[in-house]
Amino acid sequence: MSASVARAGRRFTWRQPSILPGFAPSLTLTLVWLVFIVLAPLGVMLWFTAGLGWRGFFEVITRQRVLGDLRVSLTTAFLASFVNAGFGLLVAWVLARYEFPGRRLADALVDLPFALPTAVAGIALSTLYAPDGWIGSLLAPLGIQIAFQPAGIVVAMMFISLPFIVRTVQPVIEDLEVETEEAARLMGASALQIFMRISLPAILPSLLTGFALAFARCLGEYGSIIFIAGNKPMISEIVPLLIVAQLDQFDYQGATAIGTLMLAVSFVLLLTINLLQAWVRRRHGG
Amino acid sequence: MSITLSRRQALALTAAGAAALSGTTAKADATSETLLNVSFDPTAQLYADYDTVFSAYWAKKTGVTPTLHFSHGGSGAQARAVIEGLPADVVTLALAYDIDAIAKTGLLAPNWQSRLPNNSTPYTSTIVFLVRAGNPKGIKDWGDLIKPGVQIVAPNPKTSGGARWNVLAAWAWALKANNGSQDAALAYLKAFFANVPVLDAGAHGSTLTFTQRGIGDVLVGWESDAYLSIKQAGAGKYEVVVPSLSILAEPPVAVVDKNVAVHGTTELATAYLEYLYSPEGQDVIGRNFYRPHDPVAAAKYAHQFPAIPLVTVDKDFGGWEKAQPEFFGFGGLLDQAFGQSGASFFGAS
Repeated sequence: MSASVARAGRRFTWRQPSILPGFAPSLTLTLVWLVFIVLAPLGVMLWFTAGLGWRGFFEVITRQRVLGDLRVSLTTAFLASFVNAGFGLLVAWVLARYEFPGRRLADALVDLPFALPTAVAGIALSTLYAPDGWIGSLLAPLGIQIAFQPAGIVVAMMFISLPFIVRTVQPVIEDLEVETEEAARLMGASALQIFMRISLPAILPSLLTGFALAFARCLGEYGSIIFIAGNKPMISEIVPLLIVAQLDQFDYQGATAIGTLMLAVSFVLLLTINLLQAWVRRRHGG
Repeated sequence: MSITLSRRQALALTAAGAAALSGTTAKADATSETLLNVSFDPTAQLYADYDTVFSAYWAKKTGVTPTLHFSHGGSGAQARAVIEGLPADVVTLALAYDIDAIAKTGLLAPNWQSRLPNNSTPYTSTIVFLVRAGNPKGIKDWGDLIKPGVQIVAPNPKTSGGARWNVLAAWAWALKANNGSQDAALAYLKAFFANVPVLDAGAHGSTLTFTQRGIGDVLVGWESDAYLSIKQAGAGKYEVVVPSLSILAEPPVAVVDKNVAVHGTTELATAYLEYLYSPEGQDVIGRNFYRPHDPVAAAKYAHQFPAIPLVTVDKDFGGWEKAQPEFFGFGGLLDQAFGQSGASFFGAS
């Protein structure tokens, strides 16, 4: 608390005391880099969209199909990140806390969704979950169909976003002091109490960060989802596919307008999660 | 030599080509024997076969074996790639609308479609049904597709050229079956898409969904794809069902003027397309299940192509410039079939 107050009270100067020299050039480089890598592409998108004017922009983004697809994208991304937050925490906990044969292998497996081309993932998943696939044929008698349904989108999203949660939470769990938990145990706390009041508060900020990263990744994902989603407008069609559909009809402005909407929605949601995270951190005096 | 490459590889080729070009600008007026054909999905086998035949012809005529590159993908996406700089020497796409879009950027002359015979379509095709062996759902015509319990596999008309031919053919039949009632035809289109469980991005994706994933009772799509699926799967797995009315699908071809001028491939590119009209080219077309114009080839492959009454986009739909916005534009008939009024917060556009 006091550190942040001190930081906020400090005036901006080009010569800030630091152990390592070179603040001015590194800040310049940072800004140039951000402009080229992040702002320039986004700027081009906004510039294209600007050609529509406000009215045109609102006309595009309030179309039934755009809003319907946005609902599909947001709900599936939220569900996938939410489920993954639970299971990702479990995976991270097991990998960080326990020693078992094949732990390193399991640890490496977690990163695979990062590396696998998403189209390959999509084809593999849809083969597995199709009604005649290995998993799909087991679920079919129960009346459950995953592939070509909104559920398929969630499955693909869970696959690609798992590492984001595990890799954010795992280092924090590794740094937790087991002694604190042992002390709580000695003072008579139950296992549940220890987890809820000692471990979870320490993990929660990183879990929220992981959730935010996973959610953002899910919203932007295209390659793996289109193979397993049914791609039916407003039912199982994600916004990125709608953008591609606009482009394929040479409607660049419509595509960038939907992209801008997507960006704005993502930004607001990520900001909310970040604020929530800051609040959690403050509340638990992290 | 024939090389098939994906769009991504083709783009890499662009980069390499641009690098080579910037190094040797003086070479621009020299002739080159390398050609890039940018095409759409269902033509992969056709052009793989044709490239071998054309290579042999060109080598015999000029003494040089050309290097023929081929890129395939969704027709609209391919057109966009060319607009954005994919250095195609020739484009062979699913519908004239996509080549018109390229022509609008000035890469080729607006009158491109009158430069080669038959509206620049060396081959035609149509839309038929592919059903599973024995036709268990008893599908005979368009009307049977909307029966409850029938699952149709068809690509998304917003992203697939072939799917747009599907919609027009379905519309033509529904209009005729309902004495020209637009409302009844729209209701048919609605029922049609209600029976489609998966909308793939392209015709190729739909074929895979139907044949590899085993989804659906009937695949609605290119006649050439239907016969190719039967050929690849062997006898006894699928049957072609010919509807009572369909559409003459006219996939056109064109030389991309600006690109061939830069590459020095005008002669090669022009010959590449013209040879499609030759008896040899027409034979390749017929044996790859596209409908040839040449009477000899047409007679030879007549057994493959049942006579179906065919409507055309120019005569029955007023051309693509009219049909595209009317059917596939925002709030158009297709959107209405998906239950979208076309109204937005600010009213209809």
